[in-house]
Amino acid sequence: MKKLLALVFVTTTATLVVSAQGVHRDFLHKPLADSWPTYSGDYSGKRYSALTQINQRNVKTLTLAWTRRLVAGPGPSGPVPPDEPPVIAGGEGNVVFGGATIVKGSILSIDGVLYVTAPDNVWALDANDGHLLWRYFWKTKGGTHIGNRGVGMWGNYLFFVTPDNYLISLDAKTGKERWHKELASFQQQYFHTMAPVVIDNHVLVGSSNDLDMPGFLQSFEPETGELQWKWYATPQKAGDPGLDTWKDLDAAIHGGGHPWVPGAYDPETRLYIIGTGNPTPAYTSAPRGEGLENLYTCALVAINVDTGKMAWYYQTSPHDTHDWDSAQTPVLVDGEFGGRPRKLVLTAARNGYFFVVDRVTGEHLLTSKFSESANWARPELNAKGQPIRIPAKDHHIAGALVSSANQGAANWPPPSYSPQTGLFYVPSTETYALYYLTEPDPRGALGLGGKDERSVGTAGSYLTAIDYKTGKIVWKRRYRTTANTGLTAGFLTTAGRLLFAGDVGGNFVAYDPANGTPLWHTQLGANTTNAPETYMVDGKQYVLVGAGDTLYAFSLY
Amino acid sequence: MFSQDGPPGQAPGFVAYPQRPPGDAAAIERGKGLYGANCVFCHGANARGGDGGGPNLLRSTIVLEDQKGERIAPVIREGRGGMPPFQLSDAQIADISEFLHSFPVSSRTGPSTINILVGDPKKGEAYVAAKCASCHTTAALKAVAIKLDDPKMLQQMWLMPGNAGGRGGGPAPIPAPPISVTVTQASGEVVKGRLSRVDDFSVSLTQADGTHRTFRTAGTTTKVEIHDPLTPHKELLRIYTDDDIHNVTAYLSSLRSQS
Repeated sequence: MKKLLALVFVTTTATLVVSAQGVHRDFLHKPLADSWPTYSGDYSGKRYSALTQINQRNVKTLTLAWTRRLVAGPGPSGPVPPDEPPVIAGGEGNVVFGGATIVKGSILSIDGVLYVTAPDNVWALDANDGHLLWRYFWKTKGGTHIGNRGVGMWGNYLFFVTPDNYLISLDAKTGKERWHKELASFQQQYFHTMAPVVIDNHVLVGSSNDLDMPGFLQSFEPETGELQWKWYATPQKAGDPGLDTWKDLDAAIHGGGHPWVPGAYDPETRLYIIGTGNPTPAYTSAPRGEGLENLYTCALVAINVDTGKMAWYYQTSPHDTHDWDSAQTPVLVDGEFGGRPRKLVLTAARNGYFFVVDRVTGEHLLTSKFSESANWARPELNAKGQPIRIPAKDHHIAGALVSSANQGAANWPPPSYSPQTGLFYVPSTETYALYYLTEPDPRGALGLGGKDERSVGTAGSYLTAIDYKTGKIVWKRRYRTTANTGLTAGFLTTAGRLLFAGDVGGNFVAYDPANGTPLWHTQLGANTTNAPETYMVDGKQYVLVGAGDTLYAFSLY
Repeated sequence: MFSQDGPPGQAPGFVAYPQRPPGDAAAIERGKGLYGANCVFCHGANARGGDGGGPNLLRSTIVLEDQKGERIAPVIREGRGGMPPFQLSDAQIADISEFLHSFPVSSRTGPSTINILVGDPKKGEAYVAAKCASCHTTAALKAVAIKLDDPKMLQQMWLMPGNAGGRGGGPAPIPAPPISVTVTQASGEVVKGRLSRVDDFSVSLTQADGTHRTFRTAGTTTKVEIHDPLTPHKELLRIYTDDDIHNVTAYLSSLRSQS
């Protein structure tokens, strides 16, 4: 940890020494304020910032400070400003992804520099005005280029994953590559999207795919990239715990459980709490063993960061049959529950249910249904507080009408929790689709195969506020639209008594987190594509959000 | 699967996994014969598992990582678990490898030709008479059925006209009916028209004379009343049973052949 301290001071600019005096051994453990040093801002997953310069009293005068358009790829696609630095290139392949540039991840903000990503691309921007400091481009072998959730940082090192399964470390000052390591097999169709999360000397990366391969979490030494441990989400050999929840070992080995999205970390227990994805094959579930739970898929799992051993788990969807990962970022809250103070973890899953679990012991405390339309489970819960699947609502040769559609009632878009209101905020939808079974062979299909899904509409997109003590929805705001809209891209709350979010009509909005009343908005012309963030540089607080290929930073004048 | 990404309508990620180049046809044919003789009972004719209980080979990491038989050879020659050893030559194993690699390996499957018309048309007719006839004539429903020869499309479109057409998207063959809106301003002025777009802060409409107007609604007492003809369709989504849906689709499909 001494090394981290030294490195951060070396890279600190003169103006930031003052704010960087807080950089000490638990820099990342401090409440979220001036910097945004890890995926969720801090380890808790709350996305609640202590900054108050922008607040309820003055938010009406919030103004655009700067915008920056990002163009992914090997070179500039437009006129190059004379001072634009050259692209730093790396890579093991010879494929260039030609799709649109879309910012779908967290942007780290450290020492006056922003680190932004898209698949194969990292940009370092000046946090004051968005001008480009350096850019890194990775030539890929291929793989699914659907999104990248951001970089992780340790000292002066950045960590970044690619769709063709490499973990790359860059020098944060220059963008020069330090090393890259292969994370998983390309032949087995793995691909990577997750933002690495750095905890002390562990760089944590989840590996996932859409075929019938197991999900796993790996820990790497930040200096060298050496593997420290590897945790599989499903049993991999005879004697592994959970094997009796699968039809057989072959089913478990191919059982999925992919950790797509970064987790939250509790420094007191040294547990990294992360959600796992759906079991595979996703829809044709007979090969997994009818009626069996398929551990540890669709679960909250708590992994000791030093040993890679699982301390506890709580499964939010036993034997999922709809490809509803439970891979959303959990939120850690210290608060009263059942009349006494407890250390909690909260999560709103794609299956439409909200869960509260004791994060030290894994004890289940509460389940409530936040999606009114969800119709795949019975009205009552089982003894463990889990929803009980209705097999007739898996799918049908002639179509089963199921809510939610595949996207789920919630998804990766980050929720937020404000200690000022005690409310948990989650982007949610009420959607319907026909799920057709297209592979009646009991051996099932591979991965996501064997079903055809047709959307038949939505009963709305919502900003939903839940009281974790009761599980009840305190208020929910249905966005006014006639379009068939999906989820918004995530939330930020601040100590200025504000909740920032994009809506489904291209507006970026500051709401009152107590009741959902809009206090300020601006029309961006496109829906936001990542969760808003905030940071302070040179005494000025900025609110930052991405919409497609463009970043927007707002401040007060 | 990978986390769904925010608002719909965005370009999906491209999937470019290393589909193997086409193998040597003669080798595949020889491999198929060898596979049929030695492997098919346990692993199935299409390598997805067979009567003898052998695992699906298409998702086997050994097969996925194998190039020319080098990874499968030790398993074939030494056996594994319940699998006995097989005495095959390097050339024979290379042919079996070529055969196994001729199957495409994908986490998605293509369109299905399975008949979905399993409902009872008589019950569907009764359901339509009870729930739909107040808005829809039989002749109009027949016209829709004749337009849509794909039963899945027919089912999707009668449930929710205007919803994009499934795999690959594309425009819906039956568009959603226009939505009308009434805007009442603080001044008392009432403006009616066809809704163009609406969000929490403004509403745009086209009046009967073609005039386009936008009203800011944020921070005002302006009242916006939206009249969506599809409201009953949306409300029924909570009420239908799957049998109702299948019966109605079977009935509507049967209208296609009625004179």
